[in-house]
Amino acid sequence: MTITRRSLIKRSSALALALSTPAIFRPSAARAQPWISKNGTIKLGVLFSQSGPLAVVENDSTQVVLFAIDEINANGGVAGMQVEPVVIDAKSDVKVYSEKISQLILSDRVISTIGGYTSASRRAVAPFVMARDHLFYYPTCYEGRECTQNVICTGPLANQHSQDLIPFMVQNFGKRVYFVGSNYIWPKESNKVARVWLEKVGGEVLGEDYVPIGGSEFAPIFNKIRQANPDFIFSTLIGDSDVAMHKQFLSEGFKADKMPIASLTTGEIEVRAMGAEAGAGHFLSAPYFQALDTPTNNRFVEKYLGSKYGGGGVTHYNMEETYLAVYFWKAGLEKALAQTGDIEAITPRMIRDASGGVTIGDEISPEGKVWIDPDNFNMWLRPKIGQCQGDGQFKIIKVADQHVGPNPFEIYPDRGVCKADGLHTPAGTVQKGVL
Amino acid sequence: MSVTDFWTPFELNSFLNALFIGLSIASIWLIAAVGLTIIYGTMGVINMAHGELIMLGAYTTYVLQTFFYIPFLLCLPLVFVIVSIFGLFIERTIIRRLYNRPLDTLLATWGLSLILIQGVRVIFGTAPKYVSIPGWLNFQVSLGFLHLPGFRLFIILATAALIFGTWYIAYRTTWGIRVRAVMADPDMASSFGIDSNRIYSITFAYGAGLAGVAGALFGGLKTLLPDMGSGYIVEAFLVVVVGGTQLLGSIFSSIILGELASIFSYFTNDTFARFVLFTLIVIFLRFRPQGLITEGMKRR
Repeated sequence: MTITRRSLIKRSSALALALSTPAIFRPSAARAQPWISKNGTIKLGVLFSQSGPLAVVENDSTQVVLFAIDEINANGGVAGMQVEPVVIDAKSDVKVYSEKISQLILSDRVISTIGGYTSASRRAVAPFVMARDHLFYYPTCYEGRECTQNVICTGPLANQHSQDLIPFMVQNFGKRVYFVGSNYIWPKESNKVARVWLEKVGGEVLGEDYVPIGGSEFAPIFNKIRQANPDFIFSTLIGDSDVAMHKQFLSEGFKADKMPIASLTTGEIEVRAMGAEAGAGHFLSAPYFQALDTPTNNRFVEKYLGSKYGGGGVTHYNMEETYLAVYFWKAGLEKALAQTGDIEAITPRMIRDASGGVTIGDEISPEGKVWIDPDNFNMWLRPKIGQCQGDGQFKIIKVADQHVGPNPFEIYPDRGVCKADGLHTPAGTVQKGVL
Repeated sequence: MSVTDFWTPFELNSFLNALFIGLSIASIWLIAAVGLTIIYGTMGVINMAHGELIMLGAYTTYVLQTFFYIPFLLCLPLVFVIVSIFGLFIERTIIRRLYNRPLDTLLATWGLSLILIQGVRVIFGTAPKYVSIPGWLNFQVSLGFLHLPGFRLFIILATAALIFGTWYIAYRTTWGIRVRAVMADPDMASSFGIDSNRIYSITFAYGAGLAGVAGALFGGLKTLLPDMGSGYIVEAFLVVVVGGTQLLGSIFSSIILGELASIFSYFTNDTFARFVLFTLIVIFLRFRPQGLITEGMKRR
């Protein structure tokens, strides 16, 4: 083949392009570069908001991940290697979440990422995680209705969250309910599920209102609540708005013993922010409370609050679920390592596949024994109902008799059943990566 | 969601109460906006850091309460003075150099707002703080149909007092005449011996002080976070663009916007109310871009 000037230019520019392309775009190189190299550390992405309205809660999430990693490193690390957190501030902005997850995967090359407190952020992150077949731990409650092969959730699903709370409230206070929530997917889906539980016990929804995330003007809503006069308020507000609503509930002259708020979110952090008097008397459904009196939890609370990360002065269901996520990740990684034998061969997907059925016993888990469902990769747990007391701590009123399993399609049975390999639809097909 | 879920059934008492809530929302928006109006009206500076001055006011109140045990009511004048001094400092160091470059003041004050947010975040951390309001403000007004928390009534009264004070200074004192002279024509005012730079400094400080007081009041309603100001700046700008550059315009526009927001969210919901409100504002500005009330023509 003769080399003409034109073909020379073509070839040399193709070569130049190939050389200048970053390593990640070259498939052969990507395969060769391990996610964990024997001589280094194991990198774990930590993607929470340290600023903006979500920081009220997510700031503590970052702290507790760092605490758990310190604890793991002090006890010999994972498979003898130290864990290195890569901490990024997502600024309460979904755009930042999706931007930064790519950075964590592609340039930091973390083996997995823990992050998020809102479904909006999980959904911003998930497509990128799925596209790279990576692994994301979502360490708090969410609505379900998803069946991906790359996300593990360590908080309660909607079906685990309100199925005890709603009948409990109806039995003790009455059947007429007003729904208030933040304006995004989790509150809306949670309210759909709550409606189903409510209808089962003959209850009635008098009104349903949503405020923007970070919104703090509740006077119009309280006016409508006064008009409707419900027996209790069911709240799915998050962060700043949740705090504002409780404070205004008090200043509007409502009383917690006449019209309590049954919340899926108002835990110790929120009560700390609103002041105990605004939180007292209201109810929360969560798998974890700081006041849980078990040896493991007492040790966790004491050790965490005594550490440099515990400056917030409380522990919280969201922090505990985040803490568990780190230990689930460790257990999954160790199980994957036991299966393959070579730490450099481990991919994020292997950790996910190994995580099905992984159990954290009550010697580590502050909320008691929990395990990951081998089909849908959410968590089996025991929901609890607590009532906030005058000191900002919760009194645990009711603990589920046994573990409740996660069912992401509880109220959507016609969509199918979530299994490890995807959503098995009634039509007999298997859909992967259902968001 | 069915249609009956969407529309709240009409009930006279609750509707009348919604009108009072509209007034309460209006007072919050007005007090957030009034400093912005004064600064924009007098020197044409669009102060993007206005929300952060509100935030500084809230944090100052927090500091005064938590570390100096100063009662809430006494905090209000102190916050006014402290944030005014800070405003004066900003005017002397940054704004003054940019009077002839309005676009640059926009950028400079925006940059300043970022610095202030980060500065407060560095000093106070990201954990939320809160201002405690005195127990005696924790009462409720319940007169038949009217239900209003005491603190909201207090905000309405405080706003009315500040607006009256501002009106009095602007229209009943020699100082106010000088300010209005500079507003109308700075060059002409200078030739009559008015030091317009001095007027600008003090006006900016005054506007900043008002933002500070607004922040102190909002602290009782909202959690304190370094970026809390961004929530108020949008509403403040809406009041200013709809109202125009005059104090009276801001009063009218905040009342109209507050009432519309409250009435729409009474009949439908908060989300839909915002949508309708923003749409109406866009339509309004298409036909009256200068706002409701603007300054009269220069008379020569």
